[in-house]
Amino acid sequence: MVKPEPKNHPSGDNRFKLLDRAITKHHASGDALIEILHVAQGIFGFLENDLMVYIANALKLPLSRVYGVATFYHFFRLKPKGEHTFVLCTGTACYVKGANEIQKTVEHHCGCKFGETTKDNKVSLISARCVGSCGLAPVAVLDDTVAGKLTAAEAVKRIEQWQDEKKEAAA
Amino acid sequence: MTVEDLRELAEKEQARQAEFKYRILYCSSAGCVSSGCDTVKNELKKAIVDLDLSKKCEIIGTGCLGLCGEGPLVIVHPDMTLYQHVDAAAARRIIEEHVGQGRKLKDNELDLNDPFFASQKKIVLENMGKINAESIEEYIAADGYEALAKALTEMVPEEVIGEIRKAGLRGRGGAGYPTGLKWDIVRKGVSDQKYVVCNADEGDPGAFMDRSVLEGDPHRVLEGMAIAGYAVGANQGFIYVRAEYPLAIDRLRTAIKQAERLGLLGNRIFESQFNFRIDIRIGAGAFVCGEETALLRSVMGRRGRPKVRPPYPSERGLWDKPTVINNVETYANVAPILRNGSAWFAEIGTQKSTGTKVFAIAGNVKRPGLIEVPMGIPLRKIVFDIGGGTPEGTQFKAAQAGGPSGGCIPTEHLDIAVDYESLQTVGAMMGSGGMIIIDNTSNMVEVAKYFSEFCMDESCGKCIPCRVGTKHIYMMLDKIIKGDATESDFELLKELCVMVKETSLCGLGQSAPNGVLSTIRFFKEEYLAKLKKSDGNVHSPQNSPVTAAKEA
Repeated sequence: MVKPEPKNHPSGDNRFKLLDRAITKHHASGDALIEILHVAQGIFGFLENDLMVYIANALKLPLSRVYGVATFYHFFRLKPKGEHTFVLCTGTACYVKGANEIQKTVEHHCGCKFGETTKDNKVSLISARCVGSCGLAPVAVLDDTVAGKLTAAEAVKRIEQWQDEKKEAAA
Repeated sequence: MTVEDLRELAEKEQARQAEFKYRILYCSSAGCVSSGCDTVKNELKKAIVDLDLSKKCEIIGTGCLGLCGEGPLVIVHPDMTLYQHVDAAAARRIIEEHVGQGRKLKDNELDLNDPFFASQKKIVLENMGKINAESIEEYIAADGYEALAKALTEMVPEEVIGEIRKAGLRGRGGAGYPTGLKWDIVRKGVSDQKYVVCNADEGDPGAFMDRSVLEGDPHRVLEGMAIAGYAVGANQGFIYVRAEYPLAIDRLRTAIKQAERLGLLGNRIFESQFNFRIDIRIGAGAFVCGEETALLRSVMGRRGRPKVRPPYPSERGLWDKPTVINNVETYANVAPILRNGSAWFAEIGTQKSTGTKVFAIAGNVKRPGLIEVPMGIPLRKIVFDIGGGTPEGTQFKAAQAGGPSGGCIPTEHLDIAVDYESLQTVGAMMGSGGMIIIDNTSNMVEVAKYFSEFCMDESCGKCIPCRVGTKHIYMMLDKIIKGDATESDFELLKELCVMVKETSLCGLGQSAPNGVLSTIRFFKEEYLAKLKKSDGNVHSPQNSPVTAAKEA
């Protein structure tokens, strides 16, 4: 079988070259759908409808399959996320140590629920099942750094720091 | 690579290590990373350069040292001094005083004779705090890949399976199915292709055993999988890891590359006819994928929905081929069994549950962390001797074992032996090893609601009892907590739990009501206290729709 040459996407978006490379690596096999969605989300940040159509065509899968898998798993996002992410662990250990207090306070502060992004697109609130740092409960992951033994006040302080960034930049 | 090459490599590495008077290992597992072990590492390295001691000692990142709440942890070899709460200043003092002048830091030192350490027995975690988590040479120097060499050069597959059976190893994912038996079924299966799969989709909230093993000693899991591959006649392995564990994925990728480079994975391993490859599959955040049939579908790029068993994966698994699927900890036990013999392993633990079990202790306990204890140890010892009991001013109420599928063990059963059978007698289960300690500041109905919410969210939606039943269990518990429920609601709740348990398709649904049932069993008064007085319309089993349906 001749390997298909990676072609430029009509939009001229070079990020598709990276995606094509991953698809070729997996021999455009439908069995590698989850792997490819991981790569796509890593490159584009989230899975837009057009992107899913593109992947479905490349892997010769029905779009319903791609959409079905993308929506089944919590990890895949169909909407862009905010500039910063606040991932609160709601695992058992964190729950017992009072993660729900943090949740309420943060939701009140941001004016949106977990699973949503603030209106100014600054902070996405995400809840995770367990990040596996139970020894330090309650835990939150703030932009990829883990903050252990967190309190509600501390959580709000960190979010305020993010929100102030914009004001400073605007000033 | 031949067996002689392996031994030569081991000796070379041992000699290299012997050149250092001190080896300083800092815990580089997730817990300590969160506590700031990177700063500690940088300071240690800087201090060594400043004091020109780089010929005298080396700095290494190692696997989880266990006491996650007291991190960052640092251990100094060869005198095995363990330091807790190490910050930048303490790190510098370790180099200046301990390495420079041979004087220990009294304020940070932890006593290794403390029951936390003394009550443990380490097999799976034996290399934690001893080797560099990212170096295959150090793993080999600690007898790594010796078991694979022995299997490939001295044993036939039947003998390997015989050893595992005699050792009495049972699945560490929670159900406790005999591993040797499972392997034997796959070996006897007739097929041109077989697979070995490692379940590292550790979804139970409050569990981090598999993560610690993968981060601290990834080669041990690879070796176990390769031995399984040889025993059953498979040449392809998959490790299914959660996307939430990026560090574990990184370390596994490194480990696989290293093993391939040395010819310990790939073609003609140890110049035998045996070929074995391992690929990583990354999960995408679905709890149900911990269920084996759902996991296999996810490996094939589908939605993780379970299917009816039988046929079991050992008959028809990945792409309908015979497939061995075991938990991380099960594979981690394989190499030590072959190395030390099945008799050695069978001596540890109880007669029916041999060996050790790794637990992740968390919640309201003084010393949360990762421990490994012999099977059959009394629960009291885990909670009080090792975990240090609940924080000052609070009282122990229950230990929650087995995650959302498990149950609570109350004070009156504290002396129960921790093994597969005993835990089942009180409605709990071994589970994968998460253990959450709950004290009297928590209300058990709220805890039950927490678990039922978890199961409701994570139900895949394929079968109705689980999809609808978990939702209704959650709503009823919510009603009870709000004080709107009557006795008839409580009766209905109990009935619904039994129905969901008995009629769901897979393990998730079948065990989803366990949290509610076990709290009702041991903490009924907490439920009753929240009920409204009877509204006159008492629900009885006779007129319930569930009973009617059963009779029809």
